[in-house]
Amino acid sequence: MPELNLTSAPAHLRHGSNIGQPLTRRDGILKVTGHATYAADNHPPGMLFAVIAVSRIAHGRVTSLDVAAAKRHPGVVDVMTPDHKPQLAIDPEIKTNPFVFRMEALQSNEVRYANQPIAVVIAETLEAATEGAVLLAPRYETLPPLVGLDAGESFVPPVVGVGNPSEHHRGDVEAGLASAEKRIDATYETPPQYHNAMEPHAIVVQWDGDSLSVDMPTQGLKLSLARIAELFGIAHDKIHIRSPFLGGGFGSKGLMGGPPVLGIMAAKLVGRPVKLVLRREQMYGPVGHRAPTRQRLRIGADGAGRLTALDHHARTVSSTFDDFYEPAADASHTLYAAPAIRTSHDAVRVNTGTPLFMRAPGEATGSIALESAIDEMAWACGMDPLAFRLKNYAEREPISGKPFSSKALRACYEQGAARFGWAKRSLQPRRMRDDDGLLVGWGLGTATFPALMFQADARAAIRRDGSGVMEIGAHDMGQGAWTALAQIAADAVGLDIDRVAFKAGTSDLPDAGIAGGSAHTATAGAAIHSAGAAVIAKLADLATNDERSPLFGAGNAGVIAREGRLIRRDDESRSESYAEILARAGLAEIEARGTGAPNPAAMEEYAMHAHGAVFAEVKVDPELGQVRVSRMVGAFAAGRIVNPLMVQSQLFGGMIWGLSFALHEEAITDRRTGRIMNANLGEYHVPVNADVPPLDVITVEEHDPHVNALGIKGVGEIGITGSAGAVANAVWHATGVRVRKFPIRIEELLTQR
Amino acid sequence: MKQFDYVRPATVTEAVAAAAQPGAVYLAAGTNLLDLMKGNISRPDRLVDVTHLEGLDGIERLADGGLRIGALVSNADLAHDADFARSYPAVAEALLSGASAQLRNAATVGGNLLQRTRCAYFYDTASRCNKREAGSGCDARDDENRGHAVLGWSENCIATHPSDFCVPLVALDAVVEIEGRNGRREIALEALHRLPGDAPERESALEPGDLIVAVRLPPAASGFAAHARYLKVRERTSYAFAIVSAAAALRIEGGRIAEARLALGGVAAKPWRARAAEDVLRGVAPTADAFQEAAWRALTDAKPSGDNAFKIELARRIVARALSLAAAGTPARLPALPASLFASTSGAIHA
Repeated sequence: MPELNLTSAPAHLRHGSNIGQPLTRRDGILKVTGHATYAADNHPPGMLFAVIAVSRIAHGRVTSLDVAAAKRHPGVVDVMTPDHKPQLAIDPEIKTNPFVFRMEALQSNEVRYANQPIAVVIAETLEAATEGAVLLAPRYETLPPLVGLDAGESFVPPVVGVGNPSEHHRGDVEAGLASAEKRIDATYETPPQYHNAMEPHAIVVQWDGDSLSVDMPTQGLKLSLARIAELFGIAHDKIHIRSPFLGGGFGSKGLMGGPPVLGIMAAKLVGRPVKLVLRREQMYGPVGHRAPTRQRLRIGADGAGRLTALDHHARTVSSTFDDFYEPAADASHTLYAAPAIRTSHDAVRVNTGTPLFMRAPGEATGSIALESAIDEMAWACGMDPLAFRLKNYAEREPISGKPFSSKALRACYEQGAARFGWAKRSLQPRRMRDDDGLLVGWGLGTATFPALMFQADARAAIRRDGSGVMEIGAHDMGQGAWTALAQIAADAVGLDIDRVAFKAGTSDLPDAGIAGGSAHTATAGAAIHSAGAAVIAKLADLATNDERSPLFGAGNAGVIAREGRLIRRDDESRSESYAEILARAGLAEIEARGTGAPNPAAMEEYAMHAHGAVFAEVKVDPELGQVRVSRMVGAFAAGRIVNPLMVQSQLFGGMIWGLSFALHEEAITDRRTGRIMNANLGEYHVPVNADVPPLDVITVEEHDPHVNALGIKGVGEIGITGSAGAVANAVWHATGVRVRKFPIRIEELLTQR
Repeated sequence: MKQFDYVRPATVTEAVAAAAQPGAVYLAAGTNLLDLMKGNISRPDRLVDVTHLEGLDGIERLADGGLRIGALVSNADLAHDADFARSYPAVAEALLSGASAQLRNAATVGGNLLQRTRCAYFYDTASRCNKREAGSGCDARDDENRGHAVLGWSENCIATHPSDFCVPLVALDAVVEIEGRNGRREIALEALHRLPGDAPERESALEPGDLIVAVRLPPAASGFAAHARYLKVRERTSYAFAIVSAAAALRIEGGRIAEARLALGGVAAKPWRARAAEDVLRGVAPTADAFQEAAWRALTDAKPSGDNAFKIELARRIVARALSLAAAGTPARLPALPASLFASTSGAIHA
């Protein structure tokens, strides 16, 4: 792979600090010119192609594979099967920590879901390996599959999401419902969805003795490295993973799944470098998805439109062999000030790959149901949906009673409503039309996502020439980490961004934690900030303790770092450049490390969330029921905005995904076989350019002194929440038809004329 | 993928001879065939690439007032031919509502006619499909069939033909010119595609080796230019097949409909000409009531093949709408969103 050089990009015009500037992507030119090397672009000499054969059945056993036929095919080198494979150091069924999920690494003939890997064909060409996989002609012993939300006996999972209790309550919900003047009881369904990152999961593997070189997109370099190390029984320092760019991850590239492990095994089996790339349809199985849900909401309100109770129950599914439960009902914990709240979950097991984190897991599914139900309640109370939400505005987090670390949601409502023109909305549905006679509907959804922090380390250095280095194994999934984190790095060491060599994306760099939970900029940023502060402190020590320095004796007064100089805080006429300090000290470089981590005391004291308000307009043909979204406005408060351009893109992406959730996305499963019938981007619809309306994002000013040192809340996922409900509510407002099964289909809207 | 021979014949005669061999198929742009091969739905032994044959890429105005379109004219070139769009606006609108710009740049006129169904069970080789494998059964019949046929289906197959282009063509009495082992012949486009009956694997009237060399529009087809529309209901604007579509063309003389043409897409294994509906419109004033009557008549024989009864009602409504729009007159310019309900006349609205 060519050395990544982002620092030679043309300087951006700006004033003042780096953080807060709308820099364009520093990797943008590499990407648009095709020079950005994604995992599958690597072709080490002698490389073979591995292709996975996947199961056609969802439940049962493989009884035979025609390995001989596959091997006879010209170009096929070997076929890896449960009977012919390198041994792993540990059983992949063992969950060594809570972030390990069970995978299929050919450990048995058992089939647990459709599209499960059952063999790997390794060949000189992709075409030969692909045909070899067909020639295996597997035979099966088929058992009836468990399919859908009503499969088998339901049970209450011990935890949902990542360690959340599956039930939660505050106050007496039944009493609150009993005392309510208005009540709604509504059930919503959301379908299974698949991440469908544009870049398929891919791995290029080279073994050199017991050393392992891996090119693979990952949202968690160190987690992946640790999992590879334990599965193959090799030391961490023998493994090198490169993941400079991801063509989208959305949670499906966060944790090591079966397919990349099979790639590593295949390379070991044949003793040559191997590339393994999933086909689009193979991404509907072994690499996670968003589980379907059925959510029942019971809400009560008094005569003034104040909530008396909120009861949110979610049914979801997990696989037959592992546990991940979409925490959909938890979306009701934070937004609306009901004196009594109960959330609960139950689940059934189905023959599917294990559902996993998918952009806003729980929040996205829960939000569309909650925001629809709140809208229904507002209508039942005869109130404008915004007025109803403001009436029930939570000044403290409803489920915990904690104060918010910051919450500019009121400003989001105000600014979003003003930009959208919400005041002109008719209260009654099916009252607004455009000049062509199309029904017009306006809907609102509140957005919310927790402000999380994980753990990360960074290394900072100042070099003899006065330039800086910042190293952190961070991940750019397209969200702009190469740019935003470099901005933080530049400010952390008091240099212009083009004077800092920012290194990320490889496993030999300090651990940046996982790029997930909308926490990467906050977490990696905090580590960078602290490493930068530490190296500047060391540099300052050198200067202030040296009587030859103009900064000598500034110890207590302190110095500030700006534009490559240390400057005495109380006398700006006294300063010295980094290069001068290092030259006099005879040092080539000075370095320091820093960490970023959550602050348990602050978490104990405050509820920490980003918020937003999304307004959507839809147009619906009154007779034919076809829906299109015609515009959306989202106002979000997410603490400090590191790069307004990247943040806007993230929020646009989230809002588009919300539109998709309401109107498009659905994996269609054959109820008899458990096979997904639309495992391709022709039939699994996502909105593309012609389906995306004009979008408007407002970032509302919000200062949060508690979430982390930089005051960053994260914007990776919040855009979906609120948006999906806003579109659904707009469809109701346009048509008067409340659709509770998503995505909303045309047949639901073919009302009587 | 399966290894195959690739031949590039120099003449139509050579092509026909090469493609008449068992296991041979024609390759034009391959926008459908290559996907089918990658998915193992089609496993030909030999591809006969016709894209280099000469003389098949022209649009020719005929002395009798008709038009002859070479089989290798791309969908994009045809739709963007100004004379063509003026004379056959509903056809241009249908072309531009299909697939994506990239696909239209590649896809050919002849290939579009022969594209395969989008039935998920046809594409899923683990499922039974009488079309893919004769006599194996039909797994669409009892599960995911929301988008399937409501007209002309049989117990053996409920798939639909996905083409937009064919719908106005069949309404306008297009003729297909075919070169075969026994020389040239021609058939009505309406007779090209077969209903499934008890042999859904036989999708067209073509014999082994038959090559579509041109599509001809008869002289009368341009007589509808002033009142012709194609309308397509689909779930997203970017690249989606029709749930239901309709082509409507009227010749209006003295305030009355002299002649009507109507065809439906997405409802059957072939583009569905609705002659009974055309008949009720002959000689009547172009009123909403008349169009309602025609819409009912067009769907008289419709019946759900599964979870798709809504398509019948949707088809009635889209027929009435397409006729109303046609009666109102062909727009001076093709709408920015061809065939869309959201192609505003009063200002720019999105999608």
